[in-house]
Amino acid sequence: MKIVVLVKQVPDTAEERKLDPATGQLDRESTDLVVDEINERALETALRIKDTNKGTEVVAMTMGPDQATQSLRKALSMGADSGVHVVDDSLSGADTGRTAATLAAALRSTGFDVVVAGNESTDGRAGVVPAMIAEHLQLPLLGSLISAEIADDGVRGVRQGEGGTLNVRAGLPAVLTVTERFPEARFPNFKGILTAKRKPVITLSVADLGVAATPSRSVVISTAERPPRAAGRKLIDDGDAASELAEFLVANRLV
Amino acid sequence: MTNILTLIEVSHRGGIAASARGLLAAAATLGSPVAVVVSAAPLADDDVARLGELGAVKVYSAVTAAAGSVLVAPAVDALSRAVDAYRPAAVLTANSVDGREAAARLAVRVGGSVLADVVRVRSDNGTVVAQHSVFGGAYTVESVVEGGLPVLTIRQGAIEGEAPAATAEVDTVSLEATTDAATVIDQFNDDVAVSVRPELRTAATVVSGGRGLGSSENFVLVEQLADALGAAIGASRAAVDAGYIAQTAQVGQTGVSVSPQLYIALGISGAIQHRAGMQTAKTIVAINKDEDAPIFEVADFGIVGDIFTVVPKLIEAVKARSN
Repeated sequence: MKIVVLVKQVPDTAEERKLDPATGQLDRESTDLVVDEINERALETALRIKDTNKGTEVVAMTMGPDQATQSLRKALSMGADSGVHVVDDSLSGADTGRTAATLAAALRSTGFDVVVAGNESTDGRAGVVPAMIAEHLQLPLLGSLISAEIADDGVRGVRQGEGGTLNVRAGLPAVLTVTERFPEARFPNFKGILTAKRKPVITLSVADLGVAATPSRSVVISTAERPPRAAGRKLIDDGDAASELAEFLVANRLV
Repeated sequence: MTNILTLIEVSHRGGIAASARGLLAAAATLGSPVAVVVSAAPLADDDVARLGELGAVKVYSAVTAAAGSVLVAPAVDALSRAVDAYRPAAVLTANSVDGREAAARLAVRVGGSVLADVVRVRSDNGTVVAQHSVFGGAYTVESVVEGGLPVLTIRQGAIEGEAPAATAEVDTVSLEATTDAATVIDQFNDDVAVSVRPELRTAATVVSGGRGLGSSENFVLVEQLADALGAAIGASRAAVDAGYIAQTAQVGQTGVSVSPQLYIALGISGAIQHRAGMQTAKTIVAINKDEDAPIFEVADFGIVGDIFTVVPKLIEAVKARSN
């Protein structure tokens, strides 16, 4: 079985993230860039299948500027067999539609039985790219799963819905997305880090993939930074803090 | 007047989803709201009347045997046919798991673009402008779609108010069940406890608990204060990971984003990922024994103290005042 895991390099959520006020796009210089944690869980899902079935091939795929190759190296050091890096200057600032069309083309050329992605990235949080890819490829999507069983004859999973969960299934090939309820990812070990350097990473450009420009696109027209919150009163409890808080809540009509 | 389509979700038990109000309210600010509903049986008169009360001028009722047994695909088919029928200026779905998958597939199918997690909409000389709250409210960004149909996913609980009530005109169509490349639903498992507390996303007051509660037994302290204030219950990721409370209560970067009038954080250190889900609250109160906890940097009123002594006294004081 061939599993492609979609990986996105994002700003570390442990730091203050910035937008470039001129373009409305992510300021990549201001924060450390890391593999989004949800993608590591997606990769872990694929690697667990490989652990029990050695015939499984795991490919990590990303789209992003040159430095996004670091996220593929991380995936390779964790245990992925190879990487695919879609990189092209014309993709800078690509919206979800352009991103999905490009990744769908890259998936078509790479080949797969299953695509595993995170349910949403921590930066964009749109959560639409996997469904767009599934639509381009005319495939079933099992989205926002809290558990999954991937077998040669299909995928079964439990989806987190709005008022409960749903048991869902589909045949292969299929796209599935995992939520934080999936197990945490393994750490790369020393051997993994060493062998990662010898694993192949293919680079694909827009011309290689022959993706036409999407006629429709989303455009940011304004960006405004919210003023930082100022800290207010801070009391050390000496026994009366609770009643002072109650007075504060009453005075501000909050109770 | 230009048509605006809204995808109204219906639970597998037949109830109209709570997101319908906000979707129709947002649609009414842009044009004439059309409610697109997918169901296995034709809509009951009560449901049509209810959608009218919420502002739907028209109801596009797509009836298909696949509703309830095939995931999302029937909604995409219904929306795509409704786009042909109504030539809308925009399509609105909830930013729910189903809503955003339907929005994503629709945008690809009809040549549009998605504007995701929208908190406000406006029309600028006929152009649909979407407002987003980015990086946990650190930025407000406005976006538009060029060259195609705008498909907006609306953050649940973000749109206030109601559309003017209308008498909905119903257009019932039957959809063929699509089985190609389908994800099949085998079973629905409802959340067990239907809480009598307000819904987290839309509550005016939220009381959240963190690792400082120490155990799931102690988390009852959060519930007691929430009930004294008529509040919804939230939690930090640390409290969820520790198993004190269900994941659906998680507030933060990867959980629910809330903007209540009052947010009370109990035993929450306030890591940046948690603040990303609550820092747009109007008033923030924090109680934590660690005086260096970062939550105090954003708190309007902070108490450095033991939650197990301060909170019971606070509950008493609140109850005494309300009597």
